[in-house]
Amino acid sequence: MRYSGFRLFSEGMTGNRGWRPVWRDPEPKPEYDVIIIGGGGHGLATAYYLAREHGLRNVAVLEKGYLGGGNVGRNTTIVRANYFLPGNSEFYSHSLKLWEGLAQELNFNVMHSQRGLINLFHSDGQRDAFARRGNAMINQGDDAILLDREGVREILPYLDFDNARFPIHGGLYHPRGGTARHDAVAWGYARGADARGVDLVQNCEVTGIDISNGRVTGVQTTRGAIRARKVGIVVAGRSGQVAAMAGMRLPIESHILQAFVTEGLKPVIDHVVSFGMGHFYISQSDKGGLVFGGDLDFHASYAQRGNLPMAEHVMEAGMALMPMIGKARVLRSWGGIMDMTPDGSPIIDRTAIEGLHVNCGWCYGGFKAVPGSGFSFAHLLATGRHHAPAARFRLDRFARGDLIDEEGTGSQHNLH
Amino acid sequence: MRIVGRGRVDRTITVPFTFDGRRFWGHEGDTLASALMANGVRMVGRSFKYHRPRGIFSAGSEEPSALVTIGHGTARTPNVRAPMQELYEGLSARSQNAWPSLSRDLLALNDLLAPFLGAGFYYKTFMWPRAFWERVYEPAIRRAAGPGALSGQADAARYDKAFAHCDVLVIGGGPSGLMAALVAGRAGSDVILAEEDRKFGGRLLAETEEVDGQPGPDWAAGVVAELTALPNVRLMPRTTVTGAYDQGTYAALERVGLHLAAPHPDAPLETFWRIVARRTVLAAGALERAIAFPDNDRPGIMQAGAVRAYLHRWGVAAGRNVTVFTNNDSGHRTARDLRAAGVDVAGVVDARPDAPDSADYPVFAAGHVVGTSGRHGLREIRVRHAGGQRQLATDCLAVSGGWNPSVHLACHMNARPVWHEGIAGFVAPDGAVPGMAAAGAARGLFSTAGCLADGAEAARAALADLGVTVTSVEVPRAEDGAYDIAPLWHVPGKGRAWLDYQNDVTVKDVEMAAHQNFASAEHMKRYTTQGMAPDQGKTSNVAALAVLAEATGRTIPQTGTTTYRPPYTPVSIAAMGAGGRGKGFAPERFTPSHAACVRRDAPMVEAGLWYRPSYFPLNGETSWRDSCDREVRMVRERVGICDVSTLGKIDVQGPDATAFLDLVYANTISTLRVGRVRYGIMLREDGHVMDDGTCARLGPHHYLVTTTTAAAGPVMRHMEFVHQCLAPRLDVRFIPVTEQWAQFAIAGPRSRDLLNALLDTSIDGQDFPFMACGAVGLMGVAGRLFRISFSGEHGYELAVPARFGAALFRQLLCLAEPFGGGPYGMEALNVLRIEKGFLTHAELDGRTTAFDLGLGRMVSPGKDCIGKAAARRPGLCGASREQLVGLKPVAPEGRLTPGAHLFAEGAQAVRVNDQGHVTSACHSPTLGHEIALAFLKDGRARHGRRMRSVDHLLGVETLCEVCDPVFFDPEGARARG
Amino acid sequence: MRITCPLCGARDRREFHYMGDAVYLDRPDPVAPAVAWDDYLHLRDNPAGETRDLWFHEAGCGAWLVVTRNTVSHDVLSVALADGIRGGAG
Repeated sequence: MRYSGFRLFSEGMTGNRGWRPVWRDPEPKPEYDVIIIGGGGHGLATAYYLAREHGLRNVAVLEKGYLGGGNVGRNTTIVRANYFLPGNSEFYSHSLKLWEGLAQELNFNVMHSQRGLINLFHSDGQRDAFARRGNAMINQGDDAILLDREGVREILPYLDFDNARFPIHGGLYHPRGGTARHDAVAWGYARGADARGVDLVQNCEVTGIDISNGRVTGVQTTRGAIRARKVGIVVAGRSGQVAAMAGMRLPIESHILQAFVTEGLKPVIDHVVSFGMGHFYISQSDKGGLVFGGDLDFHASYAQRGNLPMAEHVMEAGMALMPMIGKARVLRSWGGIMDMTPDGSPIIDRTAIEGLHVNCGWCYGGFKAVPGSGFSFAHLLATGRHHAPAARFRLDRFARGDLIDEEGTGSQHNLH
Repeated sequence: MRIVGRGRVDRTITVPFTFDGRRFWGHEGDTLASALMANGVRMVGRSFKYHRPRGIFSAGSEEPSALVTIGHGTARTPNVRAPMQELYEGLSARSQNAWPSLSRDLLALNDLLAPFLGAGFYYKTFMWPRAFWERVYEPAIRRAAGPGALSGQADAARYDKAFAHCDVLVIGGGPSGLMAALVAGRAGSDVILAEEDRKFGGRLLAETEEVDGQPGPDWAAGVVAELTALPNVRLMPRTTVTGAYDQGTYAALERVGLHLAAPHPDAPLETFWRIVARRTVLAAGALERAIAFPDNDRPGIMQAGAVRAYLHRWGVAAGRNVTVFTNNDSGHRTARDLRAAGVDVAGVVDARPDAPDSADYPVFAAGHVVGTSGRHGLREIRVRHAGGQRQLATDCLAVSGGWNPSVHLACHMNARPVWHEGIAGFVAPDGAVPGMAAAGAARGLFSTAGCLADGAEAARAALADLGVTVTSVEVPRAEDGAYDIAPLWHVPGKGRAWLDYQNDVTVKDVEMAAHQNFASAEHMKRYTTQGMAPDQGKTSNVAALAVLAEATGRTIPQTGTTTYRPPYTPVSIAAMGAGGRGKGFAPERFTPSHAACVRRDAPMVEAGLWYRPSYFPLNGETSWRDSCDREVRMVRERVGICDVSTLGKIDVQGPDATAFLDLVYANTISTLRVGRVRYGIMLREDGHVMDDGTCARLGPHHYLVTTTTAAAGPVMRHMEFVHQCLAPRLDVRFIPVTEQWAQFAIAGPRSRDLLNALLDTSIDGQDFPFMACGAVGLMGVAGRLFRISFSGEHGYELAVPARFGAALFRQLLCLAEPFGGGPYGMEALNVLRIEKGFLTHAELDGRTTAFDLGLGRMVSPGKDCIGKAAARRPGLCGASREQLVGLKPVAPEGRLTPGAHLFAEGAQAVRVNDQGHVTSACHSPTLGHEIALAFLKDGRARHGRRMRSVDHLLGVETLCEVCDPVFFDPEGARARG
Repeated sequence: MRITCPLCGARDRREFHYMGDAVYLDRPDPVAPAVAWDDYLHLRDNPAGETRDLWFHEAGCGAWLVVTRNTVSHDVLSVALADGIRGGAG
């Protein structure tokens, strides 16, 4: 069923009785060409691109809960392509290009809003690092503008310029950065994959991975055994457990990241703003809530909930940067499980087990990567070859020392 | 409308206030909601999507509809729940989400378009033409959305944070909570009793029940008096416990001054508490839920329990002619109480076929309200019942769909509540939060007697856990009625029946979501926005789940709930972020010379937590460059003084100190002689450079390690890790002494002359050669002298105990003057080090290796060190690595800028051609042109080659020559001389 | 969140610095094969359940601690001094 303003009108005139399910609830078949474990954003996008780009339709996405119930439904919705190291630059650039036009392609309004992202800097050293980054973004073909203090004041007059502990020296402005409606991305990909014949199987937890002679042959699930020629693990924070079913250890440690949303407010923040001294980033949703977050709670966890020290630190950073948000009230907080790698960059690769592939390690930057990740992973699954923009996201790069460490914080997983 | 003789407001005190500019009067003890109702104001706001008129629905923080803006200017507060705002003199409240006025709201037009604006409509449209989303649709949606508005300015008020600790935290001061606090308090335990309301008593304040033969409020007041007298009990009214966290930590928000016309200037408006409790009794009560029926959202349609609360506590009748719609016994209580107070009751519509009859008012058994009318407030309801159809004129419909225990805090650690068929509601699961037990209505016990007994028992059990035995507890007498309910979630039929009053989610929206296969509770919530408004669906979520269950053919427990997450009620960012504003965000660290630098008009810049002088302007200098260039020449030609106290210093002692330092430093320390200093680098275990600095051997088993300013803490932590976790047998101890020593660089050809004017015993090149260190005396103070140089000049660093730092700095400047010397700042320091190719964090950015930096030879082959094994990985060495080089512009006036990327001549400036980047650049007054340090692929093999430095951001492109990173005095003769 | 330091008693989370899995205690031999170092530095069991990890009581006594805790419930099961555990090595 195609969505449009006209369809809304005609349905509205006839009692909204004609809307059809956005996806089916199929029983899993005994065998698929490809099984994707994990019905989050990355898994759904992978399935969609397998069907659309590679014509693979005998595909199942197995989700232990509900579609889009992981980090894609629990993030701060920021979409950007402002990385600077080879590997990340080309990947996120490609992903952002996929975002642009995604609503039309999926015929589902993902509300991609390129309202501009400003990373603030507060010292000469930070400025120099952002200059390196901004130039790398332009080298990649993306957009970046270096703003001085007055340039920042023009776009973000409400920041605390005069009283701050760390005065604002300027900012790196990424006009094509912005936000999107997170759930809609998952639902749009799910709907598109379903329409192309992909089976989206919810409430189907994978409990084992069948391997025979070094080759994956299928999976065991709470809804029975399912055979497959290829299996892709796309389970973010749960990667360690699922990989263990195949006897693998991954370079991943799972951590909590909290985020927050306030009660709805009239428009007050028109961009995405990121503080350079306090790990705080904020935007305002179209519904009016201020959506913001900070750094990890820093200890390994699967609890999907955080603790007060980091929550308070995030609020303090908000008050330091833009005290005018003080009267806004936090309505809800949440915590996601972040699959942290030793260099802060992701993994899209084969494994030592033939047919078994992994897509993980998105740390806490996975949302913006959803289209690119799905596209590149589908390419790898379908063709057996690495997709060029994701070619550096190898599993063995840590052992080889081919690191993509944007933060420069080294191999300790939680420092990225 | 006030009822004579009812309520507990003080009618002798009149409190004027305004709503939407109109002047009204209330009384001491009123809330904004009770005062508005007393003044006959019914419509107080508009809903989020359809801009439907909204009135007061509840008498508590669960209020979904009556959200207003309070105050003006920087004190303006949006989305205040009218029932939670205590009235004060001069309070100014305004309605929200209506323009141009509450009664004539243009966007009420949306309501006419409702058939096209059902749940999730925006996912299906606004996509064409593509550019219109950002330019037209999204801005329009944003403007329409959001109930209240921030002022856009920083609030001038104070906010605070605090910690508290107790044996037993009691959450909620109703009958259960009061009893729990009383039992625990009498037993001598440290008790905190937190109550959201200004007054303790809970539902006792809203009902006519007696406890121990006294009116409920009087009994509560008696208990409060006793608790107040107990030194081990802390009563916290106006305090909402908002979150449950690990190991018995709770968040709570105390509204300290929000109820005052003139809050005390020294007191906070709100205080955010972290309460650590060994045991917790959750006595948070229960919230009454609504029933969905066509047009059930008009002002005048309220919770039945709230109608009683307004009557008994505030002496206000919610209407002149009230009707009740209920599916349980508590609705009848509203009718009885109103009649007793002389208010007309037009009838009770009871969904139960066996509804109890009444002599005082008509009861419509097996009755449903099937429609309402009244544009800005309820006028009439239509009833279908066992005996047929009726229309009833009424201005207030009191609705009771049953009660939901407040299980939220018990579920903050991911637990799901448990369905309880008897009350048709969810109750708190046992043991879901370690140390917490629910009591009373929060556990599904709805009789007062049951709550009192349960609160006492919960406290007894908590005390028993803590090893305190309470033998006998006397529970006061109280009403002990049964609770009979026949679940009714929504009345079938045409017309829109509201679930979420604020977000305008109707029964049909939930059904449509289910029909489109948004069938899980989470999908339904996210698709319809049910429960995502400021009230978080406190009165509507369970009904919405029930509707979803019905639509999908499941039971309610099968359908499940969404996740409960903190905060229970919204918490202001200002309170939770108290202390973060302005300078409060991070500690400020000042060097011993700070005041002297400020006196010399040096701009002080942030260096981590420290402040350091940028440069020292002199008369006639018009830019920082003038000053910087002069300071550089001063150091190169005469002598300069710089406060380097911010560098980290770690004192290392012990028989195994040498072996330990050999392990943490990449280079060898064991060959260092006593009285000598060595430059050293430390690696992370992953093989990258962590930090650089010096290591001075002060004695056979005594070293002083310096770190960069930023790495002082991390290096200390790292050394403790290496010692305690990897090499605990080494007999070594260390302690940070950064703050204990003031240290000054004295650099330049005249540095020794200056020192000899200061030191008790003069030094010469024999006893203090380059890289020597030792104890010195100056004016009776024992100091330390290190002959090291970060400028490339003959130089020293002189350390004295920190308390002498300011005096020494003054003295050094006095002594420097005759030599033509003086202070230099960070700008000059940076230029001096770039000229010499010395490193800072611009180069040590966490991604570079000793190999990259040309320091590969420092990684001693003869011993193990942290990071050595991992540094051997193939990706960390070789020609493909970007290596440290110097850059000089080919044309003398050419500009070099940090952050520029490097490309081969003739190659396009795009990523695939990227050869490296500039890390540090400056104008070198010594050389007369710009210079830069850079990382370049295979850079050491490319000295003498030409590269293009391209800075797109600044529009600067410069042809430059690759060279050795040491631009000046490559032999190091000046430092050694 | 609170951790009971064996030297200082129960303290708030904010006094502690977290490093990671207690496998950091088992540093390979300097000449161990690359795979051992990859294992040590990068690969993790990452359990959803009981784990042992390293915490530093940075704003307290400066002790490195081995904390046994549950990554799902955040229960802290036991806390020990790291140098006590490693006392036989080094």
